[in-house]
Amino acid sequence: MAFGAFATGTAREQGPRRKSRIALLLLLPGILYLMLFFLVPLVSLVLTSLQEPAPMGDIGEYQTAFKWENYVDVIGTYGEHILRSFIYAILATIFALLFSYPLAYFIGVKARRWPLVQNLLLVLVIAPFFISFLLRTLAWKSILSDEGVVISGLKALSLMAPDAHFTGTGAAVVFGLTYNFIPFMTLPLYSTLERLDTRLLEAGGDLYSKPSTTFFKVTIPLSMSGIVSGVLLTFIPAAGDYINASRNFLGGSGTAMIGNVIESNFLVTLNYPAAASLSIILMAVILVMVTVYVKRSGTEDLL
Amino acid sequence: MSSKLGLGKWLLPAYAIVALTFLMIPIAYTFIFSFNNSVKSNIVWRGFTFDKWLNVCNQQEVCEAFGNSIIIGVTATICATILGTMIAIALVRYRFRFRAAISLLLFLPMATPEVVLGAGLAAEFLTAGVEKGLVTIIIAHTMFCVSFVVVTVKARVSTLDPALEEAGRDLYGSPNQVFWRITFPLLLPGIIAAALLSFALSFDDFIITYFNSGTTSTFPKYVYVSAARGIPAEANVIASAVFFLAIILVLISQVSSAIRRKRLEKVS
Repeated sequence: MAFGAFATGTAREQGPRRKSRIALLLLLPGILYLMLFFLVPLVSLVLTSLQEPAPMGDIGEYQTAFKWENYVDVIGTYGEHILRSFIYAILATIFALLFSYPLAYFIGVKARRWPLVQNLLLVLVIAPFFISFLLRTLAWKSILSDEGVVISGLKALSLMAPDAHFTGTGAAVVFGLTYNFIPFMTLPLYSTLERLDTRLLEAGGDLYSKPSTTFFKVTIPLSMSGIVSGVLLTFIPAAGDYINASRNFLGGSGTAMIGNVIESNFLVTLNYPAAASLSIILMAVILVMVTVYVKRSGTEDLL
Repeated sequence: MSSKLGLGKWLLPAYAIVALTFLMIPIAYTFIFSFNNSVKSNIVWRGFTFDKWLNVCNQQEVCEAFGNSIIIGVTATICATILGTMIAIALVRYRFRFRAAISLLLFLPMATPEVVLGAGLAAEFLTAGVEKGLVTIIIAHTMFCVSFVVVTVKARVSTLDPALEEAGRDLYGSPNQVFWRITFPLLLPGIIAAALLSFALSFDDFIITYFNSGTTSTFPKYVYVSAARGIPAEANVIASAVFFLAIILVLISQVSSAIRRKRLEKVS
Protein backbone atom coordinates (compact mmCIF):
# COMPACT_ATOMS: atom_id res chain seq x y z
CA MET A 1 0.00 0.00 0.00
CA ALA A 2 1.59 3.20 -1.15
CA PHE A 3 0.09 5.18 1.70
CA GLY A 4 1.59 2.92 4.35
CA ALA A 5 4.94 3.17 2.66
CA PHE A 6 4.74 6.94 2.74
CA ALA A 7 4.81 7.02 6.53
CA THR A 8 8.21 5.38 6.65
CA GLY A 9 9.53 7.65 3.97
CA THR A 10 10.67 10.47 6.16
CA ALA A 11 12.45 8.20 8.65
CA ARG A 12 16.08 9.17 8.70
CA GLU A 13 17.37 5.61 8.59
CA GLN A 14 15.77 4.98 5.19
CA GLY A 15 18.19 5.05 2.29
CA PRO A 16 17.69 7.47 -0.60
CA ARG A 17 16.91 4.62 -2.98
CA ARG A 18 13.91 3.48 -0.95
CA LYS A 19 12.73 7.08 -0.73
CA SER A 20 12.79 7.62 -4.43
CA ARG A 21 10.92 4.35 -4.94
CA ILE A 22 8.12 5.53 -2.67
CA ALA A 23 8.01 8.90 -4.42
CA LEU A 24 7.73 7.08 -7.71
CA LEU A 25 4.90 4.88 -6.42
CA LEU A 26 3.02 7.96 -5.23
CA LEU A 27 3.58 9.93 -8.40
CA LEU A 28 3.24 7.26 -11.05
CA PRO A 29 -0.54 6.68 -11.20
CA GLY A 30 -1.44 10.37 -11.33
CA ILE A 31 1.34 11.36 -13.70
CA LEU A 32 0.57 8.46 -16.06
CA TYR A 33 -3.08 9.48 -15.97
CA LEU A 34 -2.27 13.07 -16.91
CA MET A 35 0.06 11.93 -19.66
CA LEU A 36 -2.55 9.62 -21.11
CA PHE A 37 -5.51 12.01 -20.85
CA PHE A 38 -3.86 15.43 -21.05
CA LEU A 39 -0.58 15.17 -23.00
CA VAL A 40 -1.60 12.49 -25.50
CA PRO A 41 -4.81 14.41 -26.34
CA LEU A 42 -2.75 17.54 -27.04
CA VAL A 43 -0.52 15.51 -29.34
CA SER A 44 -3.50 13.95 -31.05
CA LEU A 45 -4.97 17.43 -31.42
CA VAL A 46 -1.80 18.54 -33.22
CA LEU A 47 -1.93 15.45 -35.46
CA THR A 48 -5.63 16.00 -36.17
CA SER A 49 -4.96 19.62 -37.08
CA LEU A 50 -2.69 18.45 -39.90
CA GLN A 51 -5.02 15.82 -41.36
CA GLU A 52 -6.53 16.01 -44.80
CA PRO A 53 -9.89 14.67 -46.01
CA ALA A 54 -9.76 11.01 -46.94
CA PRO A 55 -10.11 10.52 -50.69
CA MET A 56 -13.54 9.10 -51.49
CA GLY A 57 -14.31 9.28 -47.79
CA ASP A 58 -17.53 10.41 -46.14
CA ILE A 59 -17.92 13.70 -44.32
CA GLY A 60 -15.89 13.48 -41.13
CA GLU A 61 -13.37 10.97 -42.48
CA TYR A 62 -9.77 12.16 -42.48
CA GLN A 63 -6.36 10.65 -42.96
CA THR A 64 -2.97 11.44 -41.48
CA ALA A 65 -1.07 14.08 -43.38
CA PHE A 66 1.04 17.14 -42.75
CA LYS A 67 -1.26 19.68 -44.22
CA TRP A 68 0.04 22.89 -42.66
CA GLU A 69 -2.26 24.91 -44.91
CA ASN A 70 -5.05 23.99 -42.50
CA TYR A 71 -3.72 26.71 -40.20
CA VAL A 72 -3.62 29.27 -42.99
CA ASP A 73 -7.15 28.34 -44.08
CA VAL A 74 -8.49 28.55 -40.56
CA ILE A 75 -6.93 31.96 -39.92
CA GLY A 76 -8.31 33.17 -43.23
CA THR A 77 -11.80 31.91 -42.48
CA TYR A 78 -12.01 32.58 -38.76
CA GLY A 79 -9.51 35.41 -38.22
CA GLU A 80 -12.37 37.67 -37.18
CA HIS A 81 -13.58 35.18 -34.52
CA ILE A 82 -10.07 34.73 -33.14
CA LEU A 83 -9.56 38.48 -32.84
CA ARG A 84 -13.02 38.96 -31.32
CA SER A 85 -12.34 36.30 -28.65
CA PHE A 86 -9.25 38.05 -27.41
CA ILE A 87 -10.86 41.51 -27.49
CA TYR A 88 -13.88 40.24 -25.51
CA ALA A 89 -11.64 38.38 -23.06
CA ILE A 90 -9.37 41.39 -22.50
CA LEU A 91 -12.34 43.71 -21.96
CA ALA A 92 -13.98 41.25 -19.55
CA THR A 93 -10.70 40.89 -17.64
CA ILE A 94 -10.33 44.68 -17.28
CA PHE A 95 -13.95 45.12 -16.14
CA ALA A 96 -13.65 42.22 -13.70
CA LEU A 97 -10.47 43.74 -12.24
CA LEU A 98 -12.08 47.17 -11.83
CA PHE A 99 -15.15 45.58 -10.27
CA SER A 100 -13.25 43.22 -7.97
CA TYR A 101 -10.42 45.35 -6.65
CA PRO A 102 -12.46 47.63 -4.36
CA LEU A 103 -14.57 44.67 -3.27
CA ALA A 104 -11.51 42.54 -2.44
CA TYR A 105 -9.92 45.56 -0.72
CA PHE A 106 -12.96 46.01 1.47
CA ILE A 107 -13.16 42.32 2.43
CA GLY A 108 -9.42 41.82 2.82
CA VAL A 109 -8.39 45.08 4.51
CA LYS A 110 -11.37 46.99 5.92
CA ALA A 111 -13.32 43.96 7.17
CA ARG A 112 -10.27 42.49 8.94
CA ARG A 113 -11.53 43.61 12.32
CA TRP A 114 -14.55 41.30 12.04
CA PRO A 115 -13.38 37.83 10.96
CA LEU A 116 -16.92 36.47 10.95
CA VAL A 117 -18.15 39.21 8.61
CA GLN A 118 -15.09 38.65 6.45
CA ASN A 119 -15.86 34.94 6.08
CA LEU A 120 -19.51 35.62 5.38
CA LEU A 121 -18.64 38.13 2.64
CA LEU A 122 -16.29 35.60 1.09
CA VAL A 123 -19.07 33.02 1.02
CA LEU A 124 -21.19 35.57 -0.86
CA VAL A 125 -18.37 36.13 -3.37
CA ILE A 126 -18.12 32.42 -4.18
CA ALA A 127 -21.89 31.83 -3.99
CA PRO A 128 -22.34 32.16 -7.78
CA PHE A 129 -20.10 29.08 -8.15
CA PHE A 130 -22.76 27.00 -6.48
CA ILE A 131 -25.46 27.66 -9.00
CA SER A 132 -25.18 26.33 -12.53
CA PHE A 133 -23.02 28.54 -14.76
CA LEU A 134 -25.52 28.07 -17.60
CA LEU A 135 -28.60 28.92 -15.54
CA ARG A 136 -26.89 32.02 -14.19
CA THR A 137 -26.21 33.18 -17.74
CA LEU A 138 -29.77 32.38 -18.82
CA ALA A 139 -31.05 34.35 -15.83
CA TRP A 140 -29.16 37.41 -17.08
CA LYS A 141 -30.56 36.82 -20.53
CA SER A 142 -34.12 37.02 -19.19
CA ILE A 143 -33.38 39.95 -16.89
CA LEU A 144 -31.73 41.95 -19.67
CA SER A 145 -34.10 40.93 -22.46
CA ASP A 146 -35.98 43.59 -24.41
CA GLU A 147 -39.15 42.87 -22.42
CA GLY A 148 -37.27 42.87 -19.10
CA VAL A 149 -37.52 45.61 -16.48
CA VAL A 150 -34.00 46.94 -17.02
CA ILE A 151 -34.09 47.47 -20.76
CA SER A 152 -37.70 48.64 -20.98
CA GLY A 153 -36.94 51.02 -18.10
CA LEU A 154 -33.92 52.45 -19.88
CA LYS A 155 -36.00 52.86 -23.00
CA ALA A 156 -38.78 54.63 -21.11
CA LEU A 157 -36.19 57.05 -19.73
CA SER A 158 -34.88 57.55 -23.29
CA LEU A 159 -31.45 56.34 -22.20
CA MET A 160 -31.63 53.71 -24.90
CA ALA A 161 -32.97 53.97 -28.43
CA PRO A 162 -36.43 52.35 -28.64
CA ASP A 163 -35.31 49.86 -31.27
CA ALA A 164 -31.99 48.97 -29.59
CA HIS A 165 -31.26 45.57 -28.02
CA PHE A 166 -28.84 44.50 -25.35
CA THR A 167 -28.94 40.70 -25.52
CA GLY A 168 -27.40 39.44 -28.71
CA THR A 169 -24.77 42.19 -28.82
CA GLY A 170 -21.06 42.10 -28.12
CA ALA A 171 -21.65 44.26 -25.04
CA ALA A 172 -23.93 41.57 -23.61
CA VAL A 173 -21.29 38.89 -24.20
CA VAL A 174 -18.62 40.99 -22.47
CA PHE A 175 -21.07 41.63 -19.63
CA GLY A 176 -21.73 37.90 -19.24
CA LEU A 177 -18.05 37.00 -19.34
CA THR A 178 -17.30 39.68 -16.75
CA TYR A 179 -20.05 38.50 -14.43
CA ASN A 180 -19.17 34.83 -14.70
CA PHE A 181 -15.48 35.26 -13.94
CA ILE A 182 -15.68 37.92 -11.18
CA PRO A 183 -15.17 35.35 -8.37
CA PHE A 184 -11.99 34.10 -10.10
CA MET A 185 -10.69 37.67 -9.98
CA THR A 186 -11.89 38.58 -6.48
CA LEU A 187 -10.53 35.52 -4.65
CA PRO A 188 -6.81 35.86 -5.53
CA LEU A 189 -7.02 39.64 -5.01
CA TYR A 190 -8.55 39.02 -1.60
CA SER A 191 -5.86 36.54 -0.60
CA THR A 192 -3.02 39.00 -1.29
CA LEU A 193 -4.83 42.06 0.10
CA GLU A 194 -5.70 40.09 3.23
CA ARG A 195 -1.96 39.89 3.99
CA LEU A 196 -1.30 43.55 3.14
CA ASP A 197 0.53 45.28 5.99
CA THR A 198 -1.55 48.41 6.63
CA ARG A 199 1.34 50.04 8.49
CA LEU A 200 2.97 50.54 5.10
CA LEU A 201 -0.05 52.59 4.00
CA GLU A 202 0.21 54.67 7.16
CA ALA A 203 3.89 55.17 6.43
CA GLY A 204 2.94 56.53 3.01
CA GLY A 205 0.59 59.02 4.67
CA ASP A 206 3.24 59.98 7.23
CA LEU A 207 5.57 60.81 4.36
CA TYR A 208 2.97 63.30 3.09
CA SER A 209 1.87 61.31 0.07
CA LYS A 210 -1.65 61.83 -1.16
CA PRO A 211 -3.96 58.85 -0.59
CA SER A 212 -4.02 58.27 -4.35
CA THR A 213 -0.20 58.27 -4.49
CA THR A 214 -0.07 55.77 -1.63
CA PHE A 215 -2.59 53.63 -3.45
CA PHE A 216 -0.68 53.55 -6.74
CA LYS A 217 2.82 53.39 -5.24
CA VAL A 218 2.22 51.07 -2.28
CA THR A 219 -1.06 49.18 -2.39
CA ILE A 220 -1.05 48.22 -6.08
CA PRO A 221 2.59 47.02 -6.22
CA LEU A 222 2.10 45.00 -3.02
CA SER A 223 -0.99 43.29 -4.44
CA MET A 224 0.60 42.61 -7.83
CA SER A 225 0.77 38.83 -7.36
CA GLY A 226 -2.98 38.75 -6.70
CA ILE A 227 -3.66 40.92 -9.72
CA VAL A 228 -1.57 38.61 -11.92
CA SER A 229 -3.30 35.42 -10.71
CA GLY A 230 -6.72 37.02 -11.00
CA VAL A 231 -6.03 38.26 -14.52
CA LEU A 232 -4.84 34.80 -15.61
CA LEU A 233 -7.74 33.00 -13.95
CA THR A 234 -10.19 35.33 -15.71
CA PHE A 235 -8.54 35.78 -19.08
CA ILE A 236 -7.79 32.13 -19.91
CA PRO A 237 -11.30 30.72 -19.41
CA ALA A 238 -12.91 33.86 -20.88
CA ALA A 239 -10.92 33.58 -24.13
CA GLY A 240 -12.03 29.98 -24.62
CA ASP A 241 -15.61 30.37 -23.43
CA TYR A 242 -18.46 29.86 -25.84
CA ILE A 243 -21.51 29.82 -23.58
CA ASN A 244 -21.89 33.57 -23.19
CA ALA A 245 -21.35 34.21 -26.90
CA SER A 246 -23.77 31.46 -27.97
CA ARG A 247 -27.00 32.60 -29.66
CA ASN A 248 -29.16 30.81 -27.11
CA PHE A 249 -27.44 32.67 -24.27
CA LEU A 250 -26.19 36.27 -24.40
CA GLY A 251 -24.75 36.33 -27.90
CA GLY A 252 -26.21 36.96 -31.32
CA SER A 253 -25.37 36.46 -34.96
CA GLY A 254 -22.25 38.61 -34.89
CA THR A 255 -20.69 37.60 -31.57
CA ALA A 256 -19.31 34.09 -32.19
CA MET A 257 -15.97 33.52 -30.47
CA ILE A 258 -13.24 30.99 -31.20
CA GLY A 259 -14.88 28.48 -28.82
CA ASN A 260 -18.12 28.65 -30.81
CA VAL A 261 -16.35 27.87 -34.08
CA ILE A 262 -14.33 25.06 -32.49
CA GLU A 263 -17.56 23.56 -31.21
CA SER A 264 -19.45 23.86 -34.49
CA ASN A 265 -16.54 22.50 -36.54
CA PHE A 266 -15.92 19.60 -34.19
CA LEU A 267 -19.45 18.57 -33.27
CA VAL A 268 -21.68 19.87 -36.07
CA THR A 269 -19.83 19.94 -39.39
CA LEU A 270 -17.32 17.26 -38.29
CA ASN A 271 -14.45 19.31 -39.68
CA TYR A 272 -11.99 17.93 -37.10
CA PRO A 273 -8.81 19.38 -38.66
CA ALA A 274 -10.23 22.92 -38.59
CA ALA A 275 -11.43 22.53 -34.98
CA ALA A 276 -8.05 21.12 -33.95
CA SER A 277 -6.06 23.89 -35.70
CA LEU A 278 -8.23 26.51 -34.02
CA SER A 279 -7.66 24.86 -30.61
CA ILE A 280 -3.90 24.82 -31.12
CA ILE A 281 -3.97 28.48 -32.19
CA LEU A 282 -6.03 29.41 -29.14
CA MET A 283 -3.68 27.58 -26.80
CA ALA A 284 -0.55 28.99 -28.45
CA VAL A 285 -1.79 32.59 -28.34
CA ILE A 286 -2.80 32.21 -24.70
CA LEU A 287 0.57 30.73 -23.74
CA VAL A 288 2.44 33.55 -25.49
CA MET A 289 0.23 36.27 -23.95
CA VAL A 290 0.47 34.73 -20.49
CA THR A 291 4.26 34.40 -20.66
CA VAL A 292 4.73 37.98 -21.85
CA TYR A 293 2.29 39.30 -19.25
CA VAL A 294 3.86 37.40 -16.37
CA LYS A 295 7.37 38.46 -17.42
CA ARG A 296 6.36 42.13 -17.72
CA SER A 297 4.56 42.26 -14.40
CA GLY A 298 7.63 40.75 -12.75
CA THR A 299 6.04 37.80 -11.00
CA GLU A 300 7.73 34.92 -12.79
CA ASP A 301 7.90 32.67 -9.75
CA LEU A 302 4.14 32.38 -9.95
CA LEU A 303 4.33 29.69 -12.60
CA MET B 1 -7.60 55.27 1.22
CA SER B 2 -9.35 58.62 0.97
CA SER B 3 -9.99 59.80 4.49
CA LYS B 4 -10.88 63.38 3.55
CA LEU B 5 -14.52 64.25 4.20
CA GLY B 6 -14.87 60.75 5.63
CA LEU B 7 -15.74 59.64 2.13
CA GLY B 8 -13.76 56.40 2.34
CA LYS B 9 -15.61 55.51 5.52
CA TRP B 10 -18.88 54.76 3.81
CA LEU B 11 -18.02 54.70 0.14
CA LEU B 12 -16.20 51.38 0.24
CA PRO B 13 -18.76 49.51 2.38
CA ALA B 14 -21.57 50.90 0.23
CA TYR B 15 -19.76 49.73 -2.88
CA ALA B 16 -19.24 46.26 -1.39
CA ILE B 17 -22.97 45.97 -0.65
CA VAL B 18 -23.91 47.04 -4.18
CA ALA B 19 -21.31 44.72 -5.74
CA LEU B 20 -22.39 41.69 -3.70
CA THR B 21 -26.05 42.40 -4.44
CA PHE B 22 -25.18 42.50 -8.12
CA LEU B 23 -23.50 39.09 -7.79
CA MET B 24 -26.66 37.67 -6.17
CA ILE B 25 -29.13 38.87 -8.85
CA PRO B 26 -29.09 35.81 -11.14
CA ILE B 27 -29.12 33.47 -8.14
CA ALA B 28 -32.21 35.17 -6.76
CA TYR B 29 -33.79 35.12 -10.21
CA THR B 30 -33.17 31.38 -10.63
CA PHE B 31 -34.56 30.69 -7.17
CA ILE B 32 -37.69 32.82 -7.64
CA PHE B 33 -38.44 31.23 -11.01
CA SER B 34 -38.26 27.77 -9.46
CA PHE B 35 -41.70 28.66 -8.03
CA ASN B 36 -43.08 29.76 -11.37
CA ASN B 37 -46.24 27.97 -12.44
CA SER B 38 -44.87 27.72 -15.95
CA VAL B 39 -46.17 25.34 -18.56
CA LYS B 40 -43.23 24.72 -20.83
CA SER B 41 -40.66 27.46 -21.00
CA ASN B 42 -39.89 29.36 -17.82
CA ILE B 43 -39.56 32.94 -19.01
CA VAL B 44 -42.84 34.68 -18.19
CA TRP B 45 -44.12 34.73 -14.60
CA ARG B 46 -47.38 32.73 -14.39
CA GLY B 47 -47.99 32.69 -10.68
CA PHE B 48 -46.57 31.06 -7.59
CA THR B 49 -46.54 27.30 -7.02
CA PHE B 50 -44.72 24.69 -4.94
CA ASP B 51 -45.53 22.06 -7.56
CA LYS B 52 -42.15 22.03 -9.24
CA TRP B 53 -40.38 21.51 -5.93
CA LEU B 54 -42.70 18.67 -4.95
CA ASN B 55 -42.66 16.89 -8.30
CA VAL B 56 -39.18 17.53 -9.65
CA CYS B 57 -39.07 14.23 -11.47
CA ASN B 58 -42.17 15.05 -13.50
CA GLN B 59 -39.59 16.29 -15.96
CA GLN B 60 -37.89 12.95 -16.42
CA GLU B 61 -35.05 14.26 -18.54
CA VAL B 62 -34.02 16.79 -15.89
CA CYS B 63 -33.94 14.15 -13.20
CA GLU B 64 -32.02 11.68 -15.32
CA ALA B 65 -29.45 14.32 -16.28
CA PHE B 66 -29.12 15.29 -12.62
CA GLY B 67 -28.59 11.65 -11.63
CA ASN B 68 -25.86 11.27 -14.25
CA SER B 69 -24.17 14.43 -12.98
CA ILE B 70 -24.13 13.00 -9.46
CA ILE B 71 -22.72 9.64 -10.59
CA ILE B 72 -20.04 11.38 -12.69
CA GLY B 73 -19.23 13.91 -9.95
CA VAL B 74 -18.82 11.28 -7.23
CA THR B 75 -16.74 8.86 -9.32
CA ALA B 76 -14.49 11.55 -10.79
CA THR B 77 -14.05 13.13 -7.35
CA ILE B 78 -12.96 9.84 -5.78
CA CYS B 79 -10.48 9.09 -8.58
CA ALA B 80 -9.07 12.62 -8.73
CA THR B 81 -8.79 12.93 -4.94
CA ILE B 82 -6.82 9.69 -4.63
CA LEU B 83 -4.47 10.45 -7.54
CA GLY B 84 -4.02 14.09 -6.56
CA THR B 85 -3.41 13.42 -2.86
CA MET B 86 -0.69 10.92 -3.66
CA ILE B 87 1.03 13.43 -5.95
CA ALA B 88 0.71 16.22 -3.37
CA ILE B 89 2.35 14.07 -0.67
CA ALA B 90 5.19 13.12 -3.02
CA LEU B 91 5.75 16.73 -4.10
CA VAL B 92 6.04 18.07 -0.56
CA ARG B 93 7.88 15.22 1.12
CA TYR B 94 10.28 13.85 -1.47
CA ARG B 95 13.00 15.09 -3.74
CA PHE B 96 13.22 13.55 -7.17
CA ARG B 97 14.33 14.26 -10.70
CA PHE B 98 12.09 15.86 -13.31
CA ARG B 99 10.41 17.89 -10.60
CA ALA B 100 10.06 20.96 -12.82
CA ALA B 101 8.59 18.87 -15.62
CA ILE B 102 6.05 17.32 -13.26
CA SER B 103 5.05 20.72 -11.86
CA LEU B 104 4.53 21.94 -15.40
CA LEU B 105 2.44 18.88 -16.25
CA LEU B 106 0.25 19.67 -13.23
CA PHE B 107 0.01 23.38 -13.98
CA LEU B 108 -0.81 23.15 -17.68
CA PRO B 109 -4.29 21.56 -17.41
CA MET B 110 -5.34 24.50 -15.22
CA ALA B 111 -3.98 27.00 -17.76
CA THR B 112 -5.53 25.35 -20.79
CA PRO B 113 -8.92 26.61 -21.98
CA GLU B 114 -11.63 24.02 -21.45
CA VAL B 115 -12.51 23.94 -25.11
CA VAL B 116 -8.96 22.80 -25.92
CA LEU B 117 -9.02 20.12 -23.20
CA GLY B 118 -12.39 18.93 -24.44
CA ALA B 119 -11.49 18.90 -28.12
CA GLY B 120 -8.16 17.19 -27.41
CA LEU B 121 -9.73 14.34 -25.47
CA ALA B 122 -12.45 14.01 -28.07
CA ALA B 123 -9.80 13.80 -30.79
CA GLU B 124 -8.01 11.10 -28.81
CA PHE B 125 -11.20 9.09 -28.28
CA LEU B 126 -12.02 9.50 -31.95
CA THR B 127 -8.60 8.20 -33.04
CA ALA B 128 -8.77 5.33 -30.58
CA GLY B 129 -12.31 4.50 -31.66
CA VAL B 130 -13.69 4.76 -28.12
CA GLU B 131 -17.44 5.25 -27.89
CA LYS B 132 -18.28 8.37 -25.91
CA GLY B 133 -20.55 8.12 -22.88
CA LEU B 134 -20.56 8.07 -19.09
CA VAL B 135 -17.06 6.55 -18.86
CA THR B 136 -15.42 9.09 -21.16
CA ILE B 137 -17.03 11.94 -19.19
CA ILE B 138 -15.66 10.48 -15.94
CA ILE B 139 -12.19 10.13 -17.50
CA ALA B 140 -12.31 13.76 -18.65
CA HIS B 141 -13.52 15.12 -15.30
CA THR B 142 -10.91 13.17 -13.34
CA MET B 143 -8.25 14.65 -15.62
CA PHE B 144 -9.08 18.30 -14.99
CA CYS B 145 -9.77 17.79 -11.27
CA VAL B 146 -6.39 16.17 -10.43
CA SER B 147 -4.41 19.43 -10.65
CA PHE B 148 -6.86 21.26 -8.42
CA VAL B 149 -6.66 18.45 -5.84
CA VAL B 150 -2.85 18.61 -5.89
CA VAL B 151 -2.86 22.38 -5.28
CA THR B 152 -5.37 22.13 -2.42
CA VAL B 153 -3.84 19.13 -0.63
CA LYS B 154 -0.27 20.40 -1.15
CA ALA B 155 -1.10 23.51 0.85
CA ARG B 156 -2.20 21.25 3.71
CA VAL B 157 0.76 18.82 3.52
CA SER B 158 3.26 21.65 3.73
CA THR B 159 1.73 22.87 7.01
CA LEU B 160 2.10 19.40 8.58
CA ASP B 161 4.70 19.11 11.33
CA PRO B 162 6.93 16.09 10.51
CA ALA B 163 7.68 15.84 14.25
CA LEU B 164 4.20 14.41 14.82
CA GLU B 165 4.95 11.47 12.54
CA GLU B 166 8.38 11.02 14.11
CA ALA B 167 6.71 10.84 17.50
CA GLY B 168 4.43 8.11 16.17
CA ARG B 169 7.42 6.13 14.96
CA ASP B 170 9.27 6.67 18.23
CA LEU B 171 6.30 5.10 19.94
CA TYR B 172 6.79 2.00 17.76
CA GLY B 173 3.87 2.72 15.43
CA SER B 174 4.09 0.66 12.28
CA PRO B 175 4.34 2.65 9.03
CA ASN B 176 0.71 1.81 8.34
CA GLN B 177 -0.41 2.91 11.79
CA VAL B 178 1.56 6.14 11.53
CA PHE B 179 -0.03 6.94 8.20
CA TRP B 180 -3.62 6.10 9.03
CA ARG B 181 -3.61 7.34 12.65
CA ILE B 182 -1.50 10.47 12.36
CA THR B 183 -0.81 11.65 8.83
CA PHE B 184 -4.17 10.90 7.28
CA PRO B 185 -6.34 12.53 9.98
CA LEU B 186 -4.14 15.63 9.84
CA LEU B 187 -4.45 15.77 6.06
CA LEU B 188 -8.18 15.09 6.10
CA PRO B 189 -9.42 18.72 6.09
CA GLY B 190 -7.28 19.39 3.01
CA ILE B 191 -8.48 16.21 1.34
CA ILE B 192 -12.14 17.04 2.07
CA ALA B 193 -11.70 20.56 0.72
CA ALA B 194 -10.09 19.13 -2.43
CA ALA B 195 -12.90 16.59 -2.86
CA LEU B 196 -15.59 19.27 -2.50
CA LEU B 197 -13.80 21.47 -5.02
CA SER B 198 -13.52 18.54 -7.45
CA PHE B 199 -17.19 17.72 -7.11
CA ALA B 200 -18.18 21.34 -7.66
CA LEU B 201 -15.94 21.57 -10.76
CA SER B 202 -17.26 18.31 -12.15
CA PHE B 203 -20.90 19.04 -11.41
CA ASP B 204 -20.86 22.41 -13.15
CA ASP B 205 -18.63 21.48 -16.06
CA PHE B 206 -20.21 21.90 -19.43
CA ILE B 207 -17.64 22.50 -22.18
CA ILE B 208 -15.39 19.46 -21.63
CA THR B 209 -18.45 17.30 -21.00
CA TYR B 210 -20.15 18.39 -24.20
CA PHE B 211 -17.22 17.28 -26.34
CA ASN B 212 -16.94 13.88 -24.68
CA SER B 213 -20.48 12.86 -23.75
CA GLY B 214 -21.90 11.28 -26.90
CA THR B 215 -25.59 10.83 -26.17
CA THR B 216 -25.24 10.82 -22.37
CA SER B 217 -26.86 13.81 -20.69
CA THR B 218 -25.65 15.73 -17.67
CA PHE B 219 -27.37 18.57 -15.86
CA PRO B 220 -25.40 21.41 -17.54
CA LYS B 221 -25.67 19.66 -20.90
CA TYR B 222 -29.42 19.37 -20.46
CA VAL B 223 -29.65 23.11 -19.75
CA TYR B 224 -27.53 23.94 -22.81
CA VAL B 225 -29.46 21.70 -25.17
CA SER B 226 -32.87 22.86 -24.00
CA ALA B 227 -31.92 26.54 -23.81
CA ALA B 228 -33.27 27.03 -27.33
CA ARG B 229 -36.75 25.72 -26.54
CA GLY B 230 -36.91 26.95 -22.94
CA ILE B 231 -35.79 25.48 -19.63
CA PRO B 232 -38.48 23.93 -17.42
CA ALA B 233 -38.77 25.30 -13.88
CA GLU B 234 -37.71 21.88 -12.56
CA ALA B 235 -34.15 22.74 -13.64
CA ASN B 236 -34.34 25.85 -11.44
CA VAL B 237 -35.53 23.65 -8.56
CA ILE B 238 -32.52 21.36 -8.86
CA ALA B 239 -30.05 24.24 -9.24
CA SER B 240 -31.54 26.05 -6.23
CA ALA B 241 -31.50 22.91 -4.09
CA VAL B 242 -27.86 22.25 -4.97
CA PHE B 243 -27.08 25.90 -4.23
CA PHE B 244 -28.55 25.82 -0.73
CA LEU B 245 -26.96 22.46 0.05
CA ALA B 246 -23.54 23.82 -0.97
CA ILE B 247 -24.00 27.01 1.06
CA ILE B 248 -25.00 24.96 4.11
CA LEU B 249 -21.92 22.72 3.70
CA VAL B 250 -19.66 25.77 3.43
CA LEU B 251 -21.20 27.38 6.52
CA ILE B 252 -20.85 24.13 8.50
CA SER B 253 -17.18 23.83 7.54
CA GLN B 254 -16.61 27.49 8.49
CA VAL B 255 -18.23 27.04 11.88
CA SER B 256 -16.50 23.75 12.62
CA SER B 257 -13.07 25.12 11.73
CA ALA B 258 -13.75 28.14 13.96
CA ILE B 259 -14.68 25.79 16.82
CA ARG B 260 -11.58 23.66 16.23
CA ARG B 261 -9.39 26.75 16.25
CA LYS B 262 -10.88 27.85 19.58
CA ARG B 263 -10.38 24.38 21.05
CA LEU B 264 -6.74 24.31 19.90
CA GLU B 265 -6.17 27.74 21.42
CA LYS B 266 -7.50 26.43 24.73
CA VAL B 267 -5.22 23.35 24.64
CA SER B 268 -2.10 25.35 23.91
